[in-house]
Amino acid sequence: MCEVIVVTSGKGGVGKTTTTANVGSGLAQAGAKVLLIDTDIGLRNLDVVMGLENRIVYNLVDVIEGNCRLKQALIRDKRYNNLFLLPCAQTKDKTSVNETQMRRLIEQVSDDFDYILLDSPAGIEQGFKNAIAGATRAFVVTTPEVSAIRDADRIVGLLEANEFTKIDLIINRIRYDLVKRGDMMTAEDVVDILSIPLIGVIPDDENVVIATNRGEPLVGSQTLAGRAYRNICYRVLGRQIPIETGKPVSFFSRLSGVFHKGKEESAC
Amino acid sequence: MLRLFGKKSSRQIARDRLKILLISDRMNCSPQMMELIKNDIAKVISKYMKIDTDSMEIEISNTSSKGKIVKHPTLYANIPILDMKNG
Repeated sequence: MCEVIVVTSGKGGVGKTTTTANVGSGLAQAGAKVLLIDTDIGLRNLDVVMGLENRIVYNLVDVIEGNCRLKQALIRDKRYNNLFLLPCAQTKDKTSVNETQMRRLIEQVSDDFDYILLDSPAGIEQGFKNAIAGATRAFVVTTPEVSAIRDADRIVGLLEANEFTKIDLIINRIRYDLVKRGDMMTAEDVVDILSIPLIGVIPDDENVVIATNRGEPLVGSQTLAGRAYRNICYRVLGRQIPIETGKPVSFFSRLSGVFHKGKEESAC
Repeated sequence: MLRLFGKKSSRQIARDRLKILLISDRMNCSPQMMELIKNDIAKVISKYMKIDTDSMEIEISNTSSKGKIVKHPTLYANIPILDMKNG
């Protein structure tokens, strides 16, 4: 059975694309057959985060308009041969696709994949409607800020109105130093306010910037964010992993993390 | 530590602002509409008893009586009764 997950947030810049890239890569790392679909027509970014921008020939709109076959538009990932990307058009706008077309497209590929992840655009207009059309599950990404949480709440309301029953929360870019000082809401605060189940907390980590610069998702690496994304993937796969919401990592485990990272890099 | 000086942490301020913000967002309910609801409630209750309409209060909250935040907001009405007999 293929699970179709939309990654959405309402507000822009909270980490939807990074989350899609990392969760997708992590699931592929674990052996699942995964398709990532960028639905942010006109402002595509998932290709860049995945480091696949030079391989694009056809895109989502080409498939829908019948300019190519679906298989021709799928780009195989550099690292995992069971991971594919369907990029979206950069020159069209969001109204060039509708919900029925999206649903039909997903039905066409769902037999070939274990997971399909849809990267949704910011906002609640046509692009958002297209992104959620074919999905059965949603990840709502937010940061611990008033504006992002407000938009996330709105999105949760819209998802519920569209009869989504599986909605999970991902809290991104939490800074434990600020939390400790009382200058940032805790993960518990956010869950309390939004009252949907939490599937992961991603600490603010400069390695995300570095990974994005390189076009290589960092899931599974010995970095704070890499571990947090890997844990989300395990939870998606059904493993019971306790959620790391509070304590900053101790000096010693940070130190061992540095060593692990060194090892991993030399191994690559 | 800030709490010792009676100052709220910015985390607490954010929480409080969000709670109020989300109630009006979820309800899509303006203060004018709240006033209309209040007047209508007062009218109905006044049929049966004498109430103090000046000091009656209504509010919509997503906090339950146990102080826990709940998904669906609740309408609370605080209506002082002046006389239980027909008004």
